[in-house]
Amino acid sequence: MLEFPRWKYALILVVLVLAALYALPNAYQKNPSVQITPSTSEARIDEALRQRVEVLLSEAGVTPIGTEIDDNHLLVRLHDADAQTVASDVLRPALGENYSVALNLASTVPQWLSDLGARPMSLGLDLQGGVHFVMQVDQAAALQKRVEGYADGIRTALRDARIGYSSVERRNDNTIGVVLVEGADVNAARARIIESLASASGQVVGGSGPQVLADGNRITVRLSQGEIDRIAADAVEQNRTVISNRINSIGVAEPVLQRQGEDRLVIQLPGLQDTAEAKRLIGATATLEFRAVTGDENQAAAAVASGSIPADSRVYYDQNERPLLLSRRVLVSGEQLINANPITDPETGMPAVIITINSAGGKRMLDHTLQNVGNRLGIVYVERIPTVRTVNGEEVRGSRSVERVISSSTIQGVFGREFRTTGLSREEANDLAQQLKAGALAAPMDFVEERVVGPSLGAENVERGLTAVLYAFAFTLVFFMLYYRMFGIVTCLALILNLLIVVAVMSLFGATMSLPGFAGLALSIGLSVDANVLINERIREELRAGMPPKAAIVTGYEKASDTIFDSNLTGIIAGVALYAFGTGPLQGFAVTLVIGIVASMFTAIVVSRALVTLIYAPRKKLKSLAI
Amino acid sequence: MKIFPLTLIPANTRIDFMRLRHVWSALFVLLFVASLAVVGLKGFNFALDFTGGTAVNVRFEQPVSVDDVRERLDSAGIANAQVQTFGSGNDLLIRVRGAEDQKNVDGNAELAANVLSAASTPDNPGQILSTESIGSQVSGDLRKNAIYAAIFVLVGFLLYISLRFEWKFAVVASLTTLFDVMVVAALFSLTGREFDLTVLAGLLSVMGFSINDTIVVFDRVRENFRGLRADPLEVFNRSINQTLSRTIITSLVFFLSVLALFLYGGGSLEGLALTQMMGALVGTLSSIFIACPLLTWGVLRVTKQDLLPKARDEEALARRP
Repeated sequence: MLEFPRWKYALILVVLVLAALYALPNAYQKNPSVQITPSTSEARIDEALRQRVEVLLSEAGVTPIGTEIDDNHLLVRLHDADAQTVASDVLRPALGENYSVALNLASTVPQWLSDLGARPMSLGLDLQGGVHFVMQVDQAAALQKRVEGYADGIRTALRDARIGYSSVERRNDNTIGVVLVEGADVNAARARIIESLASASGQVVGGSGPQVLADGNRITVRLSQGEIDRIAADAVEQNRTVISNRINSIGVAEPVLQRQGEDRLVIQLPGLQDTAEAKRLIGATATLEFRAVTGDENQAAAAVASGSIPADSRVYYDQNERPLLLSRRVLVSGEQLINANPITDPETGMPAVIITINSAGGKRMLDHTLQNVGNRLGIVYVERIPTVRTVNGEEVRGSRSVERVISSSTIQGVFGREFRTTGLSREEANDLAQQLKAGALAAPMDFVEERVVGPSLGAENVERGLTAVLYAFAFTLVFFMLYYRMFGIVTCLALILNLLIVVAVMSLFGATMSLPGFAGLALSIGLSVDANVLINERIREELRAGMPPKAAIVTGYEKASDTIFDSNLTGIIAGVALYAFGTGPLQGFAVTLVIGIVASMFTAIVVSRALVTLIYAPRKKLKSLAI
Repeated sequence: MKIFPLTLIPANTRIDFMRLRHVWSALFVLLFVASLAVVGLKGFNFALDFTGGTAVNVRFEQPVSVDDVRERLDSAGIANAQVQTFGSGNDLLIRVRGAEDQKNVDGNAELAANVLSAASTPDNPGQILSTESIGSQVSGDLRKNAIYAAIFVLVGFLLYISLRFEWKFAVVASLTTLFDVMVVAALFSLTGREFDLTVLAGLLSVMGFSINDTIVVFDRVRENFRGLRADPLEVFNRSINQTLSRTIITSLVFFLSVLALFLYGGGSLEGLALTQMMGALVGTLSSIFIACPLLTWGVLRVTKQDLLPKARDEEALARRP
């Protein structure tokens, strides 16, 4: 009567082997290391660079474990974190702008294990040290900006159709109010407006179009809710892309960029300590504007001196504080920029920046350049600094902007979506490309959360977490062995397998281990005990009721299984809630807890039963149980 | 004398838990109200996660006095800074609450540097271990999500237990769980410790363990109602007695593993471990003394009929010759 199907033994064996295999990579210590990647197209990763790096390091008195070259980066493994700091401080200035030098923790997992897809758990920031930012995208500003763009489009359309208007304005509720001059053809205007919005708004992608309502000589344009939502969502997505470019240029090995909730972005930069530099790079809440140059430096200076600035122009200044007159009309704005890269111009061999903008922007650029070859085109960099003022006791959130002309080159020919800016030095080209990309944010963002964990604290946390789990485990094992004897040993084996499974599953799914994760691990040990206690107590009870040992084992396991199922499922419900409503570290805790509960059901019901059957089934005359 | 098998709880206990059920029920109401009052009146010492602001974890070379640091911060013009030890005596957590409407955390690096220079003295310099800054919007969302999570858990329990048992059991189990969480929350409030995200996680998992304990008892109640010919009070008594050793041993082992967390996990896990330890204690007691007596109250009174196989089976029985 005490028997157990063969296939379940096979299953247990398979689980055991897999769990051991996939948990194994965590046993390999990671090397602190420095990773060198090329940041410009001329930089090469080769033997020469390796020798140069080795010479530099030996001059600084640092002996690396080794250096290796793999897929386009050079990895320098070092003995400890101090050597890592020294090495990066030496290498960063010495290698110059062409290479980015990042701190990294290099895996020492043997190749055959990696080939199987086994990898260690990644460590959370609290265990590794580093910077954690949360940024919030100002969706309202994105919407406002887009609506203003539409209003601009309507003005152009009406002007082109020679329909007189006295004003086209964005209202505070993000509708556009159009007031036509007396006697203008309202229907024709309406048609023009709808036409001008057709490509701009979301109808092409299946959304509903904006409402265009005419009332006398007034027309109101109201965007559909779908369109508004899409603008908000796009803004976050676009910012995310921009940020991802920016954090790649900071030089950390494994930056994390995730979307959190509707309008937040989480950025994690392991190993980084200097937040000021990182924030400056990430958080430059800047945008770009392309404007036609209406007056050169001399005219501008004259206009400033006389105070008579042409009505269609504004005075801007470049980095050297020289004035320049630019059109009031924005030709293309930063959100329409798709990419900007420094190149060597194939025709002249001179440094240049190649700029790509989206099709709507490209069309306007084409229209503009058709008529303006030989004139100059200005690029204005607008930096936004958030401010909070108190007006009548109420907080008013606003922003102060700093505007600067970063480029004003001559238009050489007609172009559309893709064009080059020349006449720059190599350094200027690099800078401009960087600034252009950095300026392409669709909406301003704010840092709303910042955490910095020092590297020593990280190492301490790993040690604490491990100690806590170890002791939790030791307390439990000792108690069980004393209290349940043979069944206690079986329970202990089941618990060890349980721990192994949790670690293996978490590694396999690339979960991040954090301090709360360790807590989850310790708790799941405490919880998995429950299933085993239920079984063992039930067997004792059946024995006391006078049941023969083998029958008591079978009944004990069967009756306890139901209870285990019910009680553990409620635990999973709590875990799921934590995951669904928690963020970052809480989710780590929840994941460990849930995996732990599931694993404990398996080990308690299946594994321990298999072991008990293995031990007691062959005994023909079983009088008593060591329980 | 027989040493083995080891038993903490003597076999076949016959304690009449239900005799004093009115006392337990009264205690339940009393403690529940008291806990609500404590939480309502004293409230929590909410951590940065929920209030927003900046927290700086500073390690000094020698142990420092909290009061001295507080004074130095005051005189440096950093008002309403909260100072507390964190882990060892050399580590301090200095918390500066942000303005109600502080949306971004742009100024915090400067603030952290100011805090460090104000707190350090030439003969006992400090070093920043970690800093945290949270804007008011993030903390507002966290508060909201915490409430959602608790509601989600309770509704989940109600549904699941109604499905597997019966609605009366579901209501009582959820009530008991709510009671446990409230009592633990009140106890935590009385310790005056920081209520941070990990404590919230602790409270939510207390819900998980507390219901776990209750379910094990109810499971036995269900089994005994079906298998025994006895009046409900006798069934409850037997069920509690039969599961008593399991309840106590599980809680003990669980308590031990959380104790390890409390002792060795360091400052940031202390709050979590503490709620768990209190939760283990309260949850065990409530599953023994509170859960079953509640099943004898007015509309919640459970009878044998509630647990007998339902109508469909009766029809099947009726069809038999």
